[in-house]
Amino acid sequence: MTSPDAIVADEVTRTYELDGVSVPALRGVSLTVEAGDYLAIVGASGSGKSTLMHLMGALDRPTSGRLLIGGRDVATLSPAEMAHLRNTTIGFVFQSFHLLPRTTARDNVALPLVYRGVGRRERRARATAMLSRVGLGHRLDHRPNQMSGGEQQRVAIARALVTGPSVLLADEPTGNLDSATGESVLTLLESLDGVAVVLVTHDRDVAARARRQITMRDGLIVS
Amino acid sequence: MRIAEAWRVAVDALRANRLRSTLTMLGVVIGVGAVVALVSIGTGTKHQIEQQVEGLGSNLLIVVPGRLDPGAAPTASTLTMDDVDAVTRVVGDRSRVAVTISSGETVRSGSRSAYASMQGVLETTPTVFVRRLDRGQYLTRTDVTTGRRVAVLGAGIATQLFGDRDPIGRQITIGGVRFRVIGTFERLGQSLGVDRDSEVHVPVTAAQRLLGTDRIDGLAIRAPDRDTIDALGAAVVAALVKRHPDTDFSAVTQEQILGVLGDILGVLTGVLAAIAGISLLVGGVGVSNIMLVSVRERTREIGLRKAVGARPRDIGIQFLLEAVLLTTIGGVLGMALGVTAALLVDRLTPVPAAITWWSLTLAFGVSAAVGIIFGVIPAQRAGRLDPVVALRTE
Repeated sequence: MTSPDAIVADEVTRTYELDGVSVPALRGVSLTVEAGDYLAIVGASGSGKSTLMHLMGALDRPTSGRLLIGGRDVATLSPAEMAHLRNTTIGFVFQSFHLLPRTTARDNVALPLVYRGVGRRERRARATAMLSRVGLGHRLDHRPNQMSGGEQQRVAIARALVTGPSVLLADEPTGNLDSATGESVLTLLESLDGVAVVLVTHDRDVAARARRQITMRDGLIVS
Repeated sequence: MRIAEAWRVAVDALRANRLRSTLTMLGVVIGVGAVVALVSIGTGTKHQIEQQVEGLGSNLLIVVPGRLDPGAAPTASTLTMDDVDAVTRVVGDRSRVAVTISSGETVRSGSRSAYASMQGVLETTPTVFVRRLDRGQYLTRTDVTTGRRVAVLGAGIATQLFGDRDPIGRQITIGGVRFRVIGTFERLGQSLGVDRDSEVHVPVTAAQRLLGTDRIDGLAIRAPDRDTIDALGAAVVAALVKRHPDTDFSAVTQEQILGVLGDILGVLTGVLAAIAGISLLVGGVGVSNIMLVSVRERTREIGLRKAVGARPRDIGIQFLLEAVLLTTIGGVLGMALGVTAALLVDRLTPVPAAITWWSLTLAFGVSAAVGIIFGVIPAQRAGRLDPVVALRTE
């Protein structure tokens, strides 16, 4: 990767078509996420922050403007190439964890490696190592319903990191957790080296811990 | 994603919904089972009939008036014993020519009576057809030339009239005329729907006198070998047409009889298989339906898989394999069901059944194909789901 910037957005807009009505969600956003950045995006619901996160995560394409993820222009990528980009460059952490039910912590963490064609033995080894790193080395064969919310979110973080992404996108990662557990999850995110963390939250206290903050309102960055 | 991994995911998904998977499979199980069982019964029936036709004897030529056409009305016979003599001259060997004039008659012995198919024949019948005697002896040439009133009884008639007693030398009446029993046939069972144990053979001359006619119904020739059979048939027909310029004659070989019967039974088997195939189709629609429900139910999972890097193809293959797995497991179970049903029918009813590899292979192939065909639409739908929408689904 020649570009040191993980994500570059230039006058990005995103308009949804709902029943023939155009709803602008993003109205021209320019933003750069550098390697190793720690960025918080705050804003009320409907401000466009979730849309921005989906775009940064290569889950969606801009209606107009230029968006580079890992140096690649998403407008030129096929759905399969977008999937590959998500697999290699992006890690997602969701408010509701999004773990596969009836599946062990280790297999949940190993899931992204399945889509990279990594063999079963190596997948398990890498998933085990990553779970140990998030402090869950003793929970390898537990299923989501056997773990607390904080533990589940740690499994989700391990899953996001197992592919060695350059950006970790966390959408309200502490939204479903009590404050003590949330605190430990945030501490874990802050301890990560070499990966840019983008935190989407409406919690000012959470956002305040980031290196920089972006506030969104009505599809625009206001500060 | 590797295919082995996709299989594992598909198996897990089916296990997670055990009852639903089983019920969905049931449609395929019944469809495949019906195809296998019905094709087995059709094939078994065909084999049985072929064996019976072949059991008549080899290199047989059957000569009848009229044309060989299943749709044509039977032609009244104008053949007489003089024609038989002419045919015998063409064949050059009396022992290779058999004739028959048949009539349904009531046969009595004392107070007992039975309904029999009386066959007026030559003494050559056992050498032309395959007929074995159980007791006594068959008709002789003298019996035929003198029109002696002697009879050889089918096993069924012998039992009906005499029970366990030895019928040889006893008197019976056929159509009110006395005959003496000189032999009985071995038990044969049914052939082409005819009970061959109810035959009574008498000299053709005696039968003609009884029936007040000089006609015979038809004749049969055993050709010396397979190569001369067609030429011999043509020569015999030519000789008969010369004597009866107004009548057509047909010389039919066993192969031709088998061909006609085989065609009819083949069509019948095909129709049965098609009817069973409809239930397989219905099973396939069920699979498609359940897969669509499954895609909807697992929208969140699909979204998550896409978020961590699954391509549309990976998701599509996962759901397609799930459908194929449903139908192939259903197919294997259906084959087991069909084979069991066929074996039971074969054992417990008079209907024969023969299990053939091609019907099993076909049934399995079709069930896998049903999985692919009916799995494609749900799989495509899953593969094309927008990850943003899918992740947001609760």
